[in-house]
Amino acid sequence: MGMDRREFIRISGLAALLGLSGKGAFELVRPGQVEAAMAAKPEAQGVVRWAMVVNMQKMDEATAAKCIEACHRVHNVPDFTKPKDPKDAVPPEILNRYEVKWLWTEHYHNAFPGEEPPVMPEKIAHLPFLLLCNHCDNPPCVRVCPTKATFRREDGIVNMDMHRCIGCRFCMAGCPFGARSFNWRDPRPYITQDYPGYPTREIGVVEKCTFCAERLAQNMMPACVEASKGTLIFGDLNDEKSKVRDTLKRYFTIRRKVHLGTNPQVYYIV
Amino acid sequence: MADNYKNEFGVFAERPQVEKKYYDAKNIFTGLAVFLLLLILPLVPNLGKTVPPPQRSLETPVIQKLAEKDRKCIMPTDWMRANHMQMLVDWRDNVVRTGEKGAANGRNFVNPEGKKYLASLTNTCMDCHSNKDKFCDQCHNYVAVAPNCWGCHLTEGKTLAEAK
Repeated sequence: MGMDRREFIRISGLAALLGLSGKGAFELVRPGQVEAAMAAKPEAQGVVRWAMVVNMQKMDEATAAKCIEACHRVHNVPDFTKPKDPKDAVPPEILNRYEVKWLWTEHYHNAFPGEEPPVMPEKIAHLPFLLLCNHCDNPPCVRVCPTKATFRREDGIVNMDMHRCIGCRFCMAGCPFGARSFNWRDPRPYITQDYPGYPTREIGVVEKCTFCAERLAQNMMPACVEASKGTLIFGDLNDEKSKVRDTLKRYFTIRRKVHLGTNPQVYYIV
Repeated sequence: MADNYKNEFGVFAERPQVEKKYYDAKNIFTGLAVFLLLLILPLVPNLGKTVPPPQRSLETPVIQKLAEKDRKCIMPTDWMRANHMQMLVDWRDNVVRTGEKGAANGRNFVNPEGKKYLASLTNTCMDCHSNKDKFCDQCHNYVAVAPNCWGCHLTEGKTLAEAK
């Protein structure tokens, strides 16, 4: 069966007419339904939004070290300066590149670049600011991930599915906080003591802090919060009675690189 | 019979005559023979041999401690044998990706008998089947599959470590 030019034009003209009047027809039959389907879903009510407050007024080197140790122990984070076998020692010049960090410290001028006043209290300038993934509301790492290995959960945690990570490191380029580390080599020989029950990572995947999603699922506080003895405050930002909410109401807090628009959810009391 | 030969250029009186002959027959057949030989070669050492079916072992401390009637897996053995890989994939997706919907739901596995388990390879499966080389590897080697679970997942669960 063929179709000549005249026929084709007539059919397409009719189709265009139908298409143009389609929405009008919908409005007649089901008024308001088309718009309703197109609008974004409203933010769900009663949803948990995890957030952390770091009280730098209480923070010192020892506490920071304790938090880092607790975090890295329960997540099998390798320490490349301490290989199990001396044969696996990493040359010092690449130690910095290999470093895997979930929780780490920086001084104020590195943690909050561009926000340091010319003159500031010396005590604060030398404080070890405890840094971690900010679990942003608008995470650039999630946007750039080509496999959706990094994703934002409903409760605000920016989590990683290691099964999907292909190690492209776009997220590392996307994250403005340096919260992501790449496994340049098999981490197993550098994990001083395997923490049973939590997986290690493999060569070629990116990893970061997960706000201890696996502990939260068992109603436990994150490992660093437990080790910090009150220096870190963790909880549900959407719960008006939560300790985080209360702390944020009572103290003025700052966040890292807010001007970038990622809306980080780790707050610092200075 | 006037065997007129027609192609797209017109009608020709005669079919073109092409001499029927194998060119380079010697090389071709030698090459084919070598190829077949190479193809068969890996099979020759195993010719006539039967590989014994895998003998998976259930001799682990945790299983031994259980009473005879409690010695069963979270699902019937036959089902597990056929579907454990799909189950583990489902667990993985539930725990990692959809688990946050209702906190613990993604991490809970309830079997048809209504018993609850933590959906975790290391903490649940490996708790009983702590003998990976005699349980998992036996069959996986036999059917020549290499699951990449063990690159990350440890073979020792937490409950096991606490029991020690």
